[in-house]
Amino acid sequence: MSVDILNDKLIPKIGVVTSIRQDTPDVKTFRVVAKEGETLFDHMPGQCAMLSVPGVGEAMFSITSSPTEKGYKDFSIKRCGQLTDYLHQIEEGQEIGIRGPFGRPFPVDTEFKGKNLLFVAGGIGIAPLHSVINYVRHFRNDYGKIDILYGSRSADDLVDYDEIVNEWSKEDGINVYLTIDREQEGWDGHVGFVPAYLKELEVPKDSTVIICGPPIMIKFVLSALLEMGFDKTQVYTTLELKMKCGIGKCGRCNIGSKYVCKDGPVFRFDEIDELPDEY
Amino acid sequence: MQKTAGLIKKRALELLDDGTVTRVLAWSRSEDFIYEVSPTFFDKGNIDKMIYDSFCAANLSKYLIRACKEQTEGKILAVLKPCDTYSFNQLLCEHRIDREKIYVLAVPCTGMIDNDKLKKAGFSGVTKVIDKGDSLDVFTPDGSRSVAKKDVLLEKCLCCKGSEPMAYDEKIETDSKPFETQDRFACVEKLEKMTPDERFAFWQGELSKCIRCNACRNVCPACSCMKCVFDNPGSGVASKANSDSFEEKLFHIIRAFHVAGRCTDCGECSRVCPQGIPLHLLNRKFIKDIDDIYGEYQAGRDPASRAPLVDYRSEDAEPSIVEERGN
Amino acid sequence: MYKISKEKLSSLFETISERTPLYMPIMKNGQSDFYLWQSGDEYCDSELNTVRSAKDLFFPQSENIISFKKEDRKITVEANEDSFKKFVLFGVRGCDLKGIEVLDKVFLAQPVDEFYAAKRDSAVIITAACSRPEETCFCRTFGVDAAAPGGDVTTWSDETELYWRPNTDKGERLTQELSGVLSECGDEKVGEIRSAIASKLEKLPLRDLSLEGWGESTVEERFDSENWEKLSESCLGCGACTFVCPTCQCYDIRDYDTGHGIKRYRCWDSCMYNDFTMMAHGTPRPKQMQRFRQRFMHKLAYFPANNGGEFSCVGCGRCIRKCPSRLNIVKVIRAFGGSEK
Repeated sequence: MSVDILNDKLIPKIGVVTSIRQDTPDVKTFRVVAKEGETLFDHMPGQCAMLSVPGVGEAMFSITSSPTEKGYKDFSIKRCGQLTDYLHQIEEGQEIGIRGPFGRPFPVDTEFKGKNLLFVAGGIGIAPLHSVINYVRHFRNDYGKIDILYGSRSADDLVDYDEIVNEWSKEDGINVYLTIDREQEGWDGHVGFVPAYLKELEVPKDSTVIICGPPIMIKFVLSALLEMGFDKTQVYTTLELKMKCGIGKCGRCNIGSKYVCKDGPVFRFDEIDELPDEY
Repeated sequence: MQKTAGLIKKRALELLDDGTVTRVLAWSRSEDFIYEVSPTFFDKGNIDKMIYDSFCAANLSKYLIRACKEQTEGKILAVLKPCDTYSFNQLLCEHRIDREKIYVLAVPCTGMIDNDKLKKAGFSGVTKVIDKGDSLDVFTPDGSRSVAKKDVLLEKCLCCKGSEPMAYDEKIETDSKPFETQDRFACVEKLEKMTPDERFAFWQGELSKCIRCNACRNVCPACSCMKCVFDNPGSGVASKANSDSFEEKLFHIIRAFHVAGRCTDCGECSRVCPQGIPLHLLNRKFIKDIDDIYGEYQAGRDPASRAPLVDYRSEDAEPSIVEERGN
Repeated sequence: MYKISKEKLSSLFETISERTPLYMPIMKNGQSDFYLWQSGDEYCDSELNTVRSAKDLFFPQSENIISFKKEDRKITVEANEDSFKKFVLFGVRGCDLKGIEVLDKVFLAQPVDEFYAAKRDSAVIITAACSRPEETCFCRTFGVDAAAPGGDVTTWSDETELYWRPNTDKGERLTQELSGVLSECGDEKVGEIRSAIASKLEKLPLRDLSLEGWGESTVEERFDSENWEKLSESCLGCGACTFVCPTCQCYDIRDYDTGHGIKRYRCWDSCMYNDFTMMAHGTPRPKQMQRFRQRFMHKLAYFPANNGGEFSCVGCGRCIRKCPSRLNIVKVIRAFGGSEK
């Protein structure tokens, strides 16, 4: 029998990093395109891909760009481990391994359709939401009012700041609320933690909420939402656990019987409630 | 043995009752198989499950590292066999356990059974074993049969270090005689007599069975690093699988070097190896060499002693001894 | 039904291995494992189970999946040169065959693992009925018939003969190739052997082990049980249970710089290891109890939830024999009642 080993999901394609943007002191956004004459893959907002540097390692990252942005995949990556350390010192033109897409995306074409949307992000948690936001902006008429609440440690740690201020904030029907943890010279915007700011905002109570950020922020945002009268079935998040395969076989990203790489990473909070408390 | 077990349990209960200790580290048995004996912590609620007999081979000393960290008040009663007290002393000496938190009850030992040897001797479904000094009466549903101890005891017991505990707060005395032991270095001499090629073939045959389960490392009281180099992904030799055919040898050789001079020869590595690799031979070779070069030294005999490999004396052997001794 | 005198087994093996690599349990350095049979090797029937299970042939402890060449900023990918040749696997016990079927549910589910599928497709599996089941066997609990284990060919042994029955097309084809060494016979003798085995299985100490109460429905209650602390107390966090288990299938993917390029290999991993779920910012399972719980909940609750109620244990008893601290799945099953002795 003929076996197409190169077709196995564990085998990466080779992509080229064509541009690298320094977003914050520890976040860079990498643009990956296919090699000449080849294609990578199609994805939906919320899906992830495995990036690898041969000899260094492989890890899962959410795809930051929207599927509507054709021809490339962006990845906003915070420097925090072995592989990300390496990625942060590569230069444009470097080839890397890429495979995907993995996981269940946000239901942008089903449950989200026609809804008011509230995005709540903290720090690098903007990465997966960025894809959803730009997808929704592209098909603007399919969705209602859009509120985006984004917070970070400091003004310097806000990822995609230029795009947020120059594009998102200027569009009709989109409200952007930025906040930073502590007072900072030159910052005249809101100061305070995301969950507290959320409670001050006038957002439609029928909004579908999409959260991503540090686990502690997610926890407090969720309880703020419940306090404000939201139901868990309105709230989505995307989870992160250690992954090796991306296809539910290597056995390490499970929460109970669900694999985050395959059954997630996107979960609705009432689904998370049914899982054992181990994430 | 039954009498000893009764004495231990009685004493453990008294020490729990009078508040000397808050919990007891000893052994318990499952109801399925006689050899299913696990290290267990007891309190008044489950102390009736405590056992002691010739299936209690597990060296409990290493569990004290974690137990000491968890122990916020009161003491742990550690039930230690004579050979376990060597590991206990070594851990004390390396500051991995806290003497103040432990009350040692030293117990006599007449040799521990190797279940694989029992199986090889044709015993299945063993229900009871009675110690007869040099032999054991083994009971199965098919009746009972006597077997020589030397045929079914663990390797570590055949080369017993003696019946005297090296550390204790209290000891249980019995009139049981220690088992007549073999020369523990005879097996090393056999290896030394081989040609380098024969020796390589021997270790190749043994170590190629290794499945990198890390049981030897995790059970070893001398392997008490907070983070093992083989668990460090940056080391290039991270555990789990061999990236080439030499790596399992590298793993065992590095481990043997790292415990050299600290290994008490407790034999747990060989006891737990699922592939039956005689790992103790590597350690014994080091012990024998240290004895030859620096004079006899037994790790764990005296916690205040300075081990030859971490002690400098002007009369110490010169590095050139390596060349002089050859291969 | 066919048979061959056990004295002539080596000519059977010779004939097979002339055409196809043949693997079987062989005793080396005191332990039985599946090795490539070479002239002069003796089939090890005296040990019921090999130390490593037959999964090793399909999902090896370590396997190269790809190589990379790096030159400046360019990377080229090279498919693994290892071809997937046909092979014959002899002497597989019923439990190990069932183990392979459990692995099938993982590796052959979409998207198919091509490396596993290729080996699965290339293999002819010859099973061996268990004439001498051991006290640690509890395969019956998982629906395994040790007296008629299946596979492409089933074999039975008595004192003098080996009986051979092809079960599949693959098995038939192999049997035809062996017409020179196998002779046809009736199946009365096998009937006798089977009932002799069945009566031995009836007497095994774990024969009545019951899984009542396990399965997907009890996940939450079992997960939160206080039993786990006590059950896992003496767990050393090694991988012995995982690596001898026929159904443990977790793996890691690592890179290795050979000096001439980068090898990316897949290797067995264990959920018992503390780095299994470790990320840059921590792990969801910092305690050994949580890792221990994961292993058994996976086998007895999570796997059934994803696979129509089927458990990820086959009752081979290896963990009973091999755990340094004598912890095992039977103890876990019993601790939650159902079949308290």
